[in-house]
Amino acid sequence: MSKWEDYAQEGKALEWPYPVRYGEERKVCADVLVLGGGIAGCWAAISAARNGAKVAILEKGATIRSGSGGSGCDHWLNTPNPCSTITAEEIVDKEMVSNGGYANGISRYIAARESYETLLEMEKMGGKIRDTEDEFKGADFRDEETKFLFAYDYENKYMFRVWGTTFKVALYNECKRMGVEIHDRVMATSLLTEGGKLGARVIGATGLHGRTGEFIIFSAKATVNCLSRHQRNWVFSTELAGNATFRPGTIVGDGHAMAWRAGAEFAQMEKTGGHGAGTGYSYPFYGTGNPFCTWVPCTMVDANGKEIPWVDREGRVLKSVSERTRPAPGQKFLGERERGYQWMAPRLPLDLGKRIRKGEFKLPLYADLPSMTDHERRAIWGLMVGEEAKTRIPIIETYAESGFDPARDLLQSYIMLRGDPLGDAFVGMVNPQERAGGEGGDAGGLLVDWDLRTSLEGLYCAGDALFAANYHYHAATTGRYAGRKAAAYASRCVETEIFREQVECEKKRVYVPAEKKEGIEWKELNASICRVMQNYCGEPKSDELLRIALIWLKELEDGAIPDTYASNPHKLMRTLEVFDILTCSQMIVHASLARKASSKFLGFVRSDYPDLDPPPWHKWITIRLQDGEVQKRELPINFWGDLKENYEKHCKA
Amino acid sequence: MKSIVRHEKELKEAVLIRKSVYATPNAPAPTRPVIFNPDLCIGCNACVEDCQMDVFIPNPEKGEPPIILYPDECWYGGCCVAMCPEPGAIRLNHPLMQRVRWKRKKTGEHSRV
Repeated sequence: MSKWEDYAQEGKALEWPYPVRYGEERKVCADVLVLGGGIAGCWAAISAARNGAKVAILEKGATIRSGSGGSGCDHWLNTPNPCSTITAEEIVDKEMVSNGGYANGISRYIAARESYETLLEMEKMGGKIRDTEDEFKGADFRDEETKFLFAYDYENKYMFRVWGTTFKVALYNECKRMGVEIHDRVMATSLLTEGGKLGARVIGATGLHGRTGEFIIFSAKATVNCLSRHQRNWVFSTELAGNATFRPGTIVGDGHAMAWRAGAEFAQMEKTGGHGAGTGYSYPFYGTGNPFCTWVPCTMVDANGKEIPWVDREGRVLKSVSERTRPAPGQKFLGERERGYQWMAPRLPLDLGKRIRKGEFKLPLYADLPSMTDHERRAIWGLMVGEEAKTRIPIIETYAESGFDPARDLLQSYIMLRGDPLGDAFVGMVNPQERAGGEGGDAGGLLVDWDLRTSLEGLYCAGDALFAANYHYHAATTGRYAGRKAAAYASRCVETEIFREQVECEKKRVYVPAEKKEGIEWKELNASICRVMQNYCGEPKSDELLRIALIWLKELEDGAIPDTYASNPHKLMRTLEVFDILTCSQMIVHASLARKASSKFLGFVRSDYPDLDPPPWHKWITIRLQDGEVQKRELPINFWGDLKENYEKHCKA
Repeated sequence: MKSIVRHEKELKEAVLIRKSVYATPNAPAPTRPVIFNPDLCIGCNACVEDCQMDVFIPNPEKGEPPIILYPDECWYGGCCVAMCPEPGAIRLNHPLMQRVRWKRKKTGEHSRV
């Protein structure tokens, strides 16, 4: 019997297998406390430990494989290196222009400057970054001397293909080796501040054990928030969601919510983008035939085997596979999935949808892996799909067990049929109400300075928790940077006493659902929040709709939260997550109310201010709590000043 | 086609096997995100410890495969399979409505996960 239902069918109830310790306390002290043991968190912990700090990690899942990049990573992007002439300045310039200026200049510049040495450090820890077995000897995308493999732009070689399934276990082992204390299965619930005051120095955090319900008090001189960003604000399927979700369900924005409650300042929380991930209607990421990112430069054919042309940025049909990974005449270099003209990579024609409807190509489309050269086929199916995110077991191994053979089979595409997990630009992406805060990594998040310190003293930030962040390489490099900054700060501080009243207050909040026997469970509350956000903070937005959203969310906060119940520690943890989702949703609505203009780059459409990206609104909107009120502020789009100069002034620990 | 008599006999047998019928709620979908092979599983609970979502709990009977308690929370990351010390003891099982199709290029024969 391996399902709960087997027991139910025998008339047996399963007893909770772990000791229940509601309300019991345990205290942990560290110089640097890292919240979240994903990619950014492990790097922060290792780097803080290398700089002499006593470090503790607090992780909701299991650090050995936790986070969005825990199961794998196929590419290490935007990395100036000895095989390339592309500079850090060029990379950040590309990201700025492509995002209309809404990209985190500080963290992206840090990432571009330090990503190569971070990658080499990954190798020293046991991560595989080179084709040491010569599996791709002679390939178009290989540098024969270093054995590095590159993706997307074979001429400019600044985006690496890597064996990312080896990374997380190596990071975990290094944490252990460096003496980092790892607290798995603990959800961070709140930040502790000096004197328990809003906006004061952060001196630790509280945590709830998801199996025992034990309450853990972490005292630290410096804290690094590596808890990723918000998720499940617009889209939540009570069932069938996980297979088609990019980020694990542990990621809900609890780091955002607790930093907000402590008075930290956030930027870009109004950003959204259409995204169908998590609805239960799409297929596994990278598990369908497609020509996007990990699958570049795969040949696509229609139902009759007719090839769909690839075109360059001018719309010129490319004659060879090789041209799909090279800049067009006059183009300096390619971006991974740039939409802007300057760095636009080759792609399928934008009018493909129209041409399919007119009958030029017959559905369904397929990825024609059998037609690719051996090197390209193995790079797509095996290296990229295989090393990326959650593809090793769910895609490569599961498909092989079912009989899929990349040398003989055409994997179906769901372009135009609905269900492509990366969205479908050819059919109109998704239902306008299906949204995310920016699925590609660049969501709203904590505002930071050149030390990656937040607006609160003692609180640092890395990875996706940063405003307008980026992918795996960015999480790693910013984690590494924030870790050394936090360690340097901790070395200058003394431990501060925890304010007992703040702990009591948090304990009271945390255990309310466990004290109740009936009411609503977490799933219904999450679905209700999403309903509010779909209706009143979807597309289009207006002051009136957003005000109703705030009223509705406040009603859920005051009426529904006290009515939730949780019958074991696991469900209590899930319930607290949804409370945080509610807080993040309120933050999103406040930020949306503050931006009185529409923006293409922020996925932000307002019917009362319909002009797209008017120049006076080319700026950041920030929000924070002060004296119980939401304070809004504006920051110039390039508030970080000269990138090179400021980086060089601050980069040392 | 089965005869009605035979069908009724099978039904009676099924009811007989299940001694009592209990009032149970609907199982959330997917019901089986992973499938254990009880002959290969040694009940070491490595999957319980590596699962990010804490989908499993240890089986009350020592040495038996863990119990899938929260199948609806499965992320399909495959960490449980990747970290399993006994090959084949646990395998990922995609939800029926999320199974991708393919076509053999030469023969046109259709298959799926």
